[in-house]
Amino acid sequence: MKKELFGKRGFLFGNEAIVRGALESGVGYASSYPGTPATEIGDTFAAIAKDTGIYFEWSVNEKVALEAAAGAVFSGIKALVSMKHYGLNVASDSLLPLVYLGCPFVVVVADDPGSWSSVQAEQDTRWFSRLIHVPTLEPSNSQEAKDMTKFAFQFSQKHKIPVLVRLTTRICYSKSLVNFGKIKKGKKKGKFVKKEFKLGSAQTVALHKKLLEKLKKIRKDCEKSKLNFIEEGRGKIGIITSGVAYIYIKEAFQELKIKLPLLKLGFSYPFPSDKVKNFLKNLKKVIVIEELDPIIEEEVKKFSKKIKIYGKDFFSEAGELKPEDILVNLSKILGKKIDRNLSYNIKNYKEPEKRIPFFCPGCPHRSTFYAVKKALGKKIFAGDIGCYMLGVYEPFRMQDFVVSMGASVGISHGISKASGQKPVIFIGDSTFFHAGLPSLLNLVYNKANALVIVLDNRWTAMTGHQPNPGSGLTGMKKETKIANIEEIAKALGVDFVKTSNVWNFSQFVKDLKQAYSIKGVSVIVAKGECRLAFIRQAVRKGIKLPKFKIKKQDKKLEQLKDFGCPAIKKEKGKWLIDKDLCWSCSICKQLFPDLIEVEK
Amino acid sequence: MKPFNLIVVGYGGQGILTLTDIISKAALKQGYDVKEAELHGLAQRGGSLDCHVRFGGGIHSSLIPRAKADLIIALEALEALRACYWVNKNTVVLINSKIFRSSLNMKKILREIKKFTRKIYVVDADEIVKKETGNILGVNIFMLGYALKKKLLPLKKENVWKAVEERIRKRFLQENRKIFEKSFKY
Repeated sequence: MKKELFGKRGFLFGNEAIVRGALESGVGYASSYPGTPATEIGDTFAAIAKDTGIYFEWSVNEKVALEAAAGAVFSGIKALVSMKHYGLNVASDSLLPLVYLGCPFVVVVADDPGSWSSVQAEQDTRWFSRLIHVPTLEPSNSQEAKDMTKFAFQFSQKHKIPVLVRLTTRICYSKSLVNFGKIKKGKKKGKFVKKEFKLGSAQTVALHKKLLEKLKKIRKDCEKSKLNFIEEGRGKIGIITSGVAYIYIKEAFQELKIKLPLLKLGFSYPFPSDKVKNFLKNLKKVIVIEELDPIIEEEVKKFSKKIKIYGKDFFSEAGELKPEDILVNLSKILGKKIDRNLSYNIKNYKEPEKRIPFFCPGCPHRSTFYAVKKALGKKIFAGDIGCYMLGVYEPFRMQDFVVSMGASVGISHGISKASGQKPVIFIGDSTFFHAGLPSLLNLVYNKANALVIVLDNRWTAMTGHQPNPGSGLTGMKKETKIANIEEIAKALGVDFVKTSNVWNFSQFVKDLKQAYSIKGVSVIVAKGECRLAFIRQAVRKGIKLPKFKIKKQDKKLEQLKDFGCPAIKKEKGKWLIDKDLCWSCSICKQLFPDLIEVEK
Repeated sequence: MKPFNLIVVGYGGQGILTLTDIISKAALKQGYDVKEAELHGLAQRGGSLDCHVRFGGGIHSSLIPRAKADLIIALEALEALRACYWVNKNTVVLINSKIFRSSLNMKKILREIKKFTRKIYVVDADEIVKKETGNILGVNIFMLGYALKKKLLPLKKENVWKAVEERIRKRFLQENRKIFEKSFKY
């Protein structure tokens, strides 16, 4: 139970505030798939679900999560689904028709400007608002995240339409005080209502027309909405903004001792054109400040030909906006001096060497990459989304491409067919369940030649150890059936399937060699629990694990460089194992039984 | 009060998020408005991490603007250098002398930091904590206590300890109490 979420007010992350907003709206059903920066919305639901009587699940992917939430709505229960931006790419296939069908629920999507935890593309979900025709809210802090979630539930009910709440990384992971409203007890069990959600296929155009009519009404509400507000100021230059940029502008106003007229858009789709026109009436110039793409800017350009617009020519489309970006550019545009010596820092600061993230000590993935290197040498290596992406760095350099969830398998199929070469595919357990099943079936069905290594560490580890179908636990920590990857692969018709224990190194190497030698599709399930999860358990249970030390210095130990364990290092010409870092995986001792021993 | 701007840096796994949370909670106990910014995700695996805490009045952004920090608490020295992005000539930089996976040495790092501020404190927190407890788990708490002792952090000791008690698991409390008290003796 999260104490901060209850009482009169709480010090909350944006992600937690979303959950509080849902509690104040009578939510009965929540679903998600873990993905930074949205993960903690699900984590928070998971922590409070049992005590509040809400149903929560980690679904196998975002599309299923969204569909499941819609199913709850079809049964008369208020629902919320959350995901990171890429998740909406997967889920959008179902969200478009659900808008036509008028399914009222709340979809929370977190973008990641700056790609702090995202490798695929810097994506601006506000385009989806336009593609999907879904009313969109953009909170600027935790209080707004809570309040807008509540508003989203009300609004979705009023207009019978999904409502999107768009977050960004800094909203998700900033904490501030949130004043709470009353918790509303919602229905937890409902009944499927037959007539309300008819099949759309025969009447798609008719439903489209109906939606457009609905959007007109929604736009009227949006024009009047208090979520879009003007703050009075001096002068003929105004600012239009949304999201996190708003609070950075306030910060810059303070520093520059200025106060320009400001229009803040919290309800940004459908676009409140009249409100914006009205705001521009007395202005000569307008500065549009928004993170990522120039969406507001393009809207404003449509109807303000005479006004000078400053936008993406000052505030970059790529990367996140920082408070100083806004401060410096406002100072440039307005010719206003910054009252402190910022330029010294800008002139003299150079970022020192970047820290390359690495596999934790004892990480099962290290054993896997090292074993593959030993067993197979250089091959085509397909990577996927998860901690094992770190295999792209030294000393392994064993991912030739990483594209999107499950794409390791899909792309390898094309390579196998087009080149006749045999790719080696790395895919994690959760990613396999998320998007690997159809593409594995495609490998088999369309007769590819490839080795698939499922790195089965039992958890969705990178996002903080959420359970997945392989963990045997649901999102509400109830025991459930464990999906057996080996049996799944066999059922799909894979030619060779074997489960390997990553902690038995020499056998693991043999298994890999055998699997690769077989023509057709082979699957190795590389089993080894995430060491972080394992160590936490061991500490909790008070289990003492053996530490290792170098028994004898030897030239052969140079090979440890290729193993890349952060606990093993060479100091003043001598190899040593850092006891504080060693997490007892024993692989180094298996590699050099004569040179490394258990510390007594 | 004019906002106090603190940045806690280090690499993933050093207990930075815990330390930040404790400081925020202590500031809340003291009646301040508080804003905090952090990041989650891959940083856990040894990446650089910077967490921002601001308390006092008139704060909008949770991120501290460039060159506007009052205090940097660095659990590792290379990260202290990286944090100079937020340092001006009045900023105090408190550094744990540890260097983790870097080609730079302490002398070089300090020389670089001195270009931004002369107000630097260096303490061998890893060494001290290891001597006291046999491991380095409590380095974050040591640095916190040390900052209080040197009056670098305008928070009351009792509020900070209350926040520690709320945040740290019971079975680790005794060890952390020991480290916290020791930090006032250095």
